Amino acid sequence: MRLFVPLTITFVAGIIMILQFFVPATQSMGESLQEWYMIVASFAIFIGAANLLQVHAHRIRFKGRNWKYSPVTIVGFTAMVLTGLIFGIEKGTPFNFLFLEMVAPMSATMFSLLAFFVASAAFRAFRASNWRATLLLISAFVVMLGRVPIGAMIWDRIPLISEWIMQVPNLAGQRAVMIGAAMGMVATSLRMIFGIERSYLGGAD
Amino acid sequence: MATFTEKLGNIDRRIIFTVIALSVVIPLAMRFNLPIPITPGPSTDMFDVVEALPAGSMVLLSFDYDPSTMPELQPMAFALTQHLMRKDIKIVSMALWPMGVSLGNEVLTSVSDSLGREEYVDWVNLGYKTGGGVLIVRMGSNIKSVFPEDYDGNSVDDMPIMDHVNKLGDFDMIISLSAGDPGVPAWIMMAGDRYDIPIGGGCTAVSAPQFYPYLGTGQLIGLLGGLKGAADYETLVRIGMENPPPGTAIPGMAAQSVAHLVIMLFIILGNISYLAEKKKKGGVK
Repeated sequence: MRLFVPLTITFVAGIIMILQFFVPATQSMGESLQEWYMIVASFAIFIGAANLLQVHAHRIRFKGRNWKYSPVTIVGFTAMVLTGLIFGIEKGTPFNFLFLEMVAPMSATMFSLLAFFVASAAFRAFRASNWRATLLLISAFVVMLGRVPIGAMIWDRIPLISEWIMQVPNLAGQRAVMIGAAMGMVATSLRMIFGIERSYLGGAD
Repeated sequence: MATFTEKLGNIDRRIIFTVIALSVVIPLAMRFNLPIPITPGPSTDMFDVVEALPAGSMVLLSFDYDPSTMPELQPMAFALTQHLMRKDIKIVSMALWPMGVSLGNEVLTSVSDSLGREEYVDWVNLGYKTGGGVLIVRMGSNIKSVFPEDYDGNSVDDMPIMDHVNKLGDFDMIISLSAGDPGVPAWIMMAGDRYDIPIGGGCTAVSAPQFYPYLGTGQLIGLLGGLKGAADYETLVRIGMENPPPGTAIPGMAAQSVAHLVIMLFIILGNISYLAEKKKKGGVK
């Protein structure tokens, strides 16, 4: 029964979602399922928030690894929730101030760190070890120069060559990856609908 | 004792980090701007499509990103919104990412205030809803059932801008500024292909290559890729403008230019060391 119920739900929902494209009578059922999906997805946000609090409370209680950061997470979470609920989220409210002046710069800072790691990793790993790696290296240089104004100042054709690399070799490679991934997705979806693929149930056989 | 080439190949990463930081900070602090060369490509295609829209057209602008990618996507959001509002194009905005709503609101209110546009008449922010691709499909049949209220909790039925908008097919164009999933691909598959609406996109520089297949097929009519795309658009919007508003993309390109050159320099140094060491150990194959 533990297996039968979720497999049946998956099969029925999957078949309805496919049929709605071909059988007009199933269209309203498909729309209802989409409505349900949005409601379930909304609840997932609450589960995520509850889980975040639970994980960090547990870490503080048992002095887990890096537990000293957990109170910061809980205080930040509580501050955002309370200011949002009490004062609203419109422009000029404390929530909006915290979001624009703290959350936004801190998030942008975290993402910017990527530049430092990319530079360090490229220095250590981007080697012209064979002709294929050399070709990749040259392409990377052309695209990097073509994406900044200084590239055109060096030679006005660099941006055009960079765009050609993006529009021809890159497009061909990306399309191949995309078609492969799409076929894999169709195959996996069919395996899930017909109950062959069951890993999404959490390892139950 | 380590040779010069060995030392070259083992530069302390703290030195690399410091040089990269200086290469970004100094150009930004000195505020020097480099001329942005406009070459035909996805950015100009995007500009041309927006430019061809008549006044009064309806555009759906989706802010599908969060603050982490704000430095790249927010400048293009400002430039696009300025272009749309200057052309008297009506903007209905929303977000597939929760934090995109506030970022979008910041752009819309700021540009609207500077150009004297009116909320609910010239633009509206519908806010965020979960669901991603499914949400878009639902909007295809009825937007007002998905968004009965806007970001501020006002009923969309009472808004003049929503008088002639009931479903996605009522829009003349959809633009998604996206930092990942859900984003541009979801809009292409669920809205562009189904309801035949032109889709334009904006994305981070690292994700731009993956959208070129959509540009090749015409499913995506234009693309602003990273800070370069934003700078291109800022430059195009400013053409013929007497007092152009300050932007952040064009000043950022000077810092990006220097940073790219520095990264290339480090790659060259790394390869000099690698080839010298390889030669020493038995010759280059």
